[in-house]
Amino acid sequence: MTEVPAVSTSPPEPAAVAPSAVIHDLGYRPYEGPRLGAGAVSWAFFVTGLRHCFGLGRSGRSKVLPMILLALMLLPALILVGVLVQAKDLLGLDEQIVAYSTYPMTTQLLISVFVAAQAPALISRDLRFRTITLYLARPLRRTTYVLVRVASLTAATFVLIGAPLLLMYLGGLLAELPAGRETGRFLGAAVGALLLAACLAGLSALTAALTVRRGLAVAAVIVVLLVSYTVVATIQGIAWDSGHDTVGEVAGLFSPYTLVNGVQVFLFDAPEATPTPPTGTAMGLLYLGTVAVLVLGSMAAMLGRYRTVTS
Amino acid sequence: MHVIETAGLTKRYPRVTALDALDLAVGDGITGLVGANGAGKSTLIKVLLGLVPATHGTARVLGHDVATDGAAVRSLVGYMPEHDCLPPDVSASDLVVHMGQMSGLPYAAARERAADVLRHVGLAEERYRPIGGYSTGMKQRAKLAQALVHDPRLVLLDEPTNGLDPAARDDMLALVRRIGTDFGIAVLVSSHLLGELERVSDHVVVLDGGRLLRSSATTDFLHATGSLLVEVQGPAGSDRRLGQALVDAGLPARPAEGHLVEVPVAGDDAARDAVRDRIRDTVVDLGLGLVRLQERHHRIEDVFRDGGAGRVDQSA
Ligand SMILES: Nc1ncnc2c1ncn2[C@@H]1O[C@H](COP(=O)(O)OP(=O)(O)OP(=O)(O)O)[C@@H](O)[C@H]1O
Ligand SMILES: [Mg+2]
Repeated sequence: MTEVPAVSTSPPEPAAVAPSAVIHDLGYRPYEGPRLGAGAVSWAFFVTGLRHCFGLGRSGRSKVLPMILLALMLLPALILVGVLVQAKDLLGLDEQIVAYSTYPMTTQLLISVFVAAQAPALISRDLRFRTITLYLARPLRRTTYVLVRVASLTAATFVLIGAPLLLMYLGGLLAELPAGRETGRFLGAAVGALLLAACLAGLSALTAALTVRRGLAVAAVIVVLLVSYTVVATIQGIAWDSGHDTVGEVAGLFSPYTLVNGVQVFLFDAPEATPTPPTGTAMGLLYLGTVAVLVLGSMAAMLGRYRTVTS
Repeated sequence: MHVIETAGLTKRYPRVTALDALDLAVGDGITGLVGANGAGKSTLIKVLLGLVPATHGTARVLGHDVATDGAAVRSLVGYMPEHDCLPPDVSASDLVVHMGQMSGLPYAAARERAADVLRHVGLAEERYRPIGGYSTGMKQRAKLAQALVHDPRLVLLDEPTNGLDPAARDDMLALVRRIGTDFGIAVLVSSHLLGELERVSDHVVVLDGGRLLRSSATTDFLHATGSLLVEVQGPAGSDRRLGQALVDAGLPARPAEGHLVEVPVAGDDAARDAVRDRIRDTVVDLGLGLVRLQERHHRIEDVFRDGGAGRVDQSA
């Protein structure tokens, strides 16, 4: 195939000092093994992205923030479980001290900081350092790249939200709360955690894809999530006080945290964590529809954003 | 079958035509892609990868149409971009393993291949450190390693010597040469320096303003455009005496910078050797010492200045 004369411009091997160096230098070996298809490649990409969200496989410094946040997420759950197991009879407890569906609401600052910091780490990073070129120059399709990146971020956020819930669930079983009821509530909360993760990941991934500068993306996501929740909570408080519940219910659509909590109230009859949860089927469906629009919309916007990216 | 074939390949951007009706056939071995800034080198490479769609015309890489079968092309080709593309917070080792997996290698195989290619490109212990701390030379090596990890049949190297100091440049060129010869992988390597590519390429393609200016074996290229530089030792004015003597002998000699004499030569190897012999004889006849007699390495701009490749300025 290559009938190129072995021209003397090829340099001696750096190691070719000792006569035995030839034995150590194996020369170039072609790869004869299997080559996996799109599914396996996407899976490998997904797993690496998920690991990177927690700093695994990246520099030591990258691990600090996500690991601290994960620990802080678990800490209250651990304390709650401790209290439940130790003092269940003393306090006359027969259910979780904090409802599963309320826990993400209470810890939302940690969750917001996590997505705000890790979305740029996963998504702006490929654009800023132009690593995306290396992906696009490989068989992986552009659409797959985008969907898998968002999936990794969603899964990481789900782990962050779901881990304390799992801890509480196991603690509940240990404290001999009714197993059937706990399992049902926990599974409902797991669905809620997944929906919340998808909403937050979609929003923050889109923001990160539009802002190549990392600091800006982080700030934008935190501000949007905190401000939207504060505004929604304030409106809901006023609406409830003044008896205009419907206003509060509609307002609840505008923060991912109140939105997903409302969905859990509607779907699983979970205890409400907002003053004005959705009442009635129509409002419940509106909440569900909003989640769908948010997730699918941010995905569509992401795909649009990446359609023209070449390097 | 050619490794790369294009027919009427055109890429228009709103303001410029980056590639203009390019008909190209590139075979095995090492092909240099030369052109000044903005000549369309990177655009051609991106079109060949299917990263950028062509406006008109077709391109086939290893038998696959890049427009309709881009994924097949990308699974067989390795690409080293001209720009930075490395994330700073992972190690070269982890990155290259990951990129191997992205080209379909199972994890264990990707690890083995990554270790192999990193050794071949000369990244030793530092491959376990985050890339953010690498020198430009080390980054270029890591970029090259990720282009090789999946054992491609063709690599597209876009200005691999960009930003390197002379020593690192020589190392990189030697590495490119080895990829084409020892590794048996076809290479398309771009540069804006002809002198650089003529050292490693079997074949050179010259682009100018998106058009194909010339495509031929490197040896032809040198013969058509090259010249010899002569430096002699002797009393002051020796270079002018030599120049005059050469002109008298019918050679188109002209003074060059730093007391050198430049003799443009055209023709095949035999003709060149004959000219070299006559220069040596003339130097000896004049009683001067011959310090050096070497090929002049052209910058691509020189080729253009001489009125297009292929024409040699004979009016000394
Ligand atoms: N995305 C783009 N949009 C508009 N014009 C572009 C784009 N990419 C390249 N061009 C133009 O196309 C022409 C060819 O560019 P290209 O990058 O292919 O040149 P090059 O030979 O690689 O140059 P260099 O040596 O500077 O890398 C230039 O005039 C450039 O400005
Ligand atoms: Mg270029």
